[in-house]
Amino acid sequence: MSASVHPARDPASPRPPRTLTLDDIEALALGAWILGTGGGGDPYHKLLNMRELYRKGHSVTLIDPLSLADDAQVAVLSNMGAPLVGQERLADADFAVKPVRTMERYLGRPFDAVMSLEIGGGNGVHPMMVGALTGYPVVDADTMGRAYPEAQMTSVAVAGLQCYPFTLADIRDNEVIIPRAESWKWMERISRKACTEVGSIAATCKAPRTGREVKDHGILYTTTKAIDLGRAVFDARARHADPVTAIVEACAGKRIFTGKVVDVERRATEGFLRGRAEIDGLDGDAGSRFTVHFQNEFSVGYRNGDPVVMTPDLICVVDSVSGDGIGTDVLRYGQRVSVLALPGPDIFKTPAGLEAVGPRAFGFDLDFHSVFDGDGA
Amino acid sequence: MRRIGIDVGGTNTDAVLVDGSTILGAVKTATTDDVTSGVRTALKDLAAAVGEAITGAGAVMIGTTHFVNAVVQRRRLNRAAALRICLPSCASLPPMVDWPQDLAELVDGGRYMVAGGHEYDGRPIVPMDETAIAAAARKMRADGVRSAAVTSVFSPLTGEFEDRASEILRSEYPELRVTTSSTLGRIGLLERENVTILNASLQDLAEETVQAFEQAISESGIAAPLFITQNDGTVASADVAREQPVYGFASGPTNSMRGAAFLSGIEDAMVLDIGGTTSDIGCLRAGFPREANNVVEVGGVRTLFRMPDVVSIGIGGGTIVDPDPLSVGPLSVGYRLTREARVFGGDTLTLSDVAAAAGLVEIGDRSRVANLSGDLVTEVMAVVHRRLAETVDRMKTDAAAVPLLAVGGGAFLSPDRMDGISEVVRVEHYAVANAVGAAIAQVSGEVDHVFRDMDRDALLKQAEAMARAKALAAGADPASVKVVDMEDLPLAYLPGNAVRARVKVVGDIAAA
Repeated sequence: MSASVHPARDPASPRPPRTLTLDDIEALALGAWILGTGGGGDPYHKLLNMRELYRKGHSVTLIDPLSLADDAQVAVLSNMGAPLVGQERLADADFAVKPVRTMERYLGRPFDAVMSLEIGGGNGVHPMMVGALTGYPVVDADTMGRAYPEAQMTSVAVAGLQCYPFTLADIRDNEVIIPRAESWKWMERISRKACTEVGSIAATCKAPRTGREVKDHGILYTTTKAIDLGRAVFDARARHADPVTAIVEACAGKRIFTGKVVDVERRATEGFLRGRAEIDGLDGDAGSRFTVHFQNEFSVGYRNGDPVVMTPDLICVVDSVSGDGIGTDVLRYGQRVSVLALPGPDIFKTPAGLEAVGPRAFGFDLDFHSVFDGDGA
Repeated sequence: MRRIGIDVGGTNTDAVLVDGSTILGAVKTATTDDVTSGVRTALKDLAAAVGEAITGAGAVMIGTTHFVNAVVQRRRLNRAAALRICLPSCASLPPMVDWPQDLAELVDGGRYMVAGGHEYDGRPIVPMDETAIAAAARKMRADGVRSAAVTSVFSPLTGEFEDRASEILRSEYPELRVTTSSTLGRIGLLERENVTILNASLQDLAEETVQAFEQAISESGIAAPLFITQNDGTVASADVAREQPVYGFASGPTNSMRGAAFLSGIEDAMVLDIGGTTSDIGCLRAGFPREANNVVEVGGVRTLFRMPDVVSIGIGGGTIVDPDPLSVGPLSVGYRLTREARVFGGDTLTLSDVAAAAGLVEIGDRSRVANLSGDLVTEVMAVVHRRLAETVDRMKTDAAAVPLLAVGGGAFLSPDRMDGISEVVRVEHYAVANAVGAAIAQVSGEVDHVFRDMDRDALLKQAEAMARAKALAAGADPASVKVVDMEDLPLAYLPGNAVRARVKVVGDIAAA
């Protein structure tokens, strides 16, 4: 399905590098927030950093993953921590560079490029700050195609690639290197502990990837996808057209439900924000009830009690008027929302992918069925 | 206790005298440039309307759009220095980083970042750099900047660093007026800092305005203390309001909704306030406006204000109607209504004219609209009713039918029936609901705090006790204090079962 939006490119003639404009970054921030499927944190502070960096003359070069040499060294970056802490300890561009330098010292060689762990939410913009400050090009790819809550929920983890080494930086002069871990889940547990100790917010550099690994196992062209998505929404708003329709068209997605939030229940369990929202139908959905569950991000949606949409399809809840993404932490009673499904990366629909991010990984005893399979209804 | 409520709006200054649940008198006058004379006129008219009763008033409560208009219109703001206690965090996004350039240039009195701040659990990030703060104070003095805004990371959890920083600033520069962010806002550093800087930039105007109000009151021979109404339907004493003018930014819509609740005796309802230019639609819960959850921008600056969740559409008594092809608004003749509307002898067809032709209201000379076709009148009113009903439905958060309170000078434009509305309630004195809302304002206390390792009941109880203590400090009568808002949000990723709780309590002002 994603092929219809981003046709497979010829490896022999990758797209030339391009310098992103600040408009591209603005669109990226909006698109990334929608692709965050309710989680990943609001990209606003990172966008502000980018405005400052562009104002000072910095810029970012976006490169086609297929242009990477097989032995190129690529840093996979993310900010880790609690979104609430990020509201007080603001994203800082210099700080984002620190774990990259730590990793380079540890490996004894510089990186050739950087990329995002997850395109959804603030981490979709995070590597742009590093690219702007270091001059490293940013690869047009990520490892989730959205946002997910845990380290093992990536395309590179599903593919069984090595989970170490890992570096983490604190704003004080503290650095953490995890040279080895038994599994992605152990890496998640150990790094989460370190993150909590330094204030539940840290800049990290995940296990570096070779150019070959990115080409084979990355989710390709997701940066461009997020930029295009953001642009489509901006354009729709400027034309006074419906931004929700623009999202559906830009991502070859489906409108699943339109309604009004009538109840939100949240609880913190095992370090996650879990819960559900009840949405009463409006317009064509009047008389129906939709229930969407979340664990940081939206995981499964039920219409009148029947499961109709589930991870790894992307479930996006957006403001019905503006098309803005709505985070699971700010969903509230009375909001007019549209529930959309966007196609997820193919790798997550494999048995190994479904084990990592399918409905059962989030506690739902359901067999995955994509809204994009079969009858097309 | 008798109270005088005054609403100083952009067009009208309204005043009422309220005794318990009785409205003893209500007047409407034009707002004046100097504010003082408009308030003085309103008080004089009110005295004429109610006679000796006015001298028994125990409090004067004023709601005004003066401060928010100053920010929106970029006038009469003073320069303010911004001091942020945050390093080594937050360094790449300095104070005012997301302000519109024109406003930043007007207000910027120096931006300082020094080491300090707290973690989410109350540990210091690093010790605070007191030497740097003293140096900043000397620079502010050298620059001639007389107002400062102090913001520290996670200060809503502990105001320790901001308080200490204020002491240092004042010891170096005693004339400096200091606003600390922990007194103003919730978690969200940038937005809280923005509000703190706006507050610091309104110090001169607040000083002058509050003094002008006090002068108008004393010149009217009324010996009662002045209170200024706040965004959340409560009041602050004149002294507190002088220091925290930002808290009055959204008092206009709040007062009209609170006044509607009071006049109707209905505490859970939708409120439709139809003025000369716009209709404001909001939602009352337990007698208070439902607040917006989202970021609220004031004059292009992001804030975390406790603002009522209100939408405005361009329908009011002065809204201009073009019959061919039919269009209604959004332009309005505004305060020129009594000159330009046809029923008042003018040439412009307004919604007031159409309503008069429809027999919905007795104003002006109805014979001047006798030539309007019945079809046109029916069609225009259908458009108005449909737009109002759609917006009311959009703001509604209950599936069940609720009452709608129609207030404001243009309330005659409200339909009598709407889907999802159990009844449309029209109350006496509807045109001065905002001044009534000012007269009945209460005092509040609020906490927004992260609790760890406590069960839900215990932490909510503790949060309520903290809010109560704040309300009593603000002058509440202990017997009347009640919880109006309680919310807890578990915090993902944080250890120790961290829960963020917000509790708001309100109470009547204790008899002095």
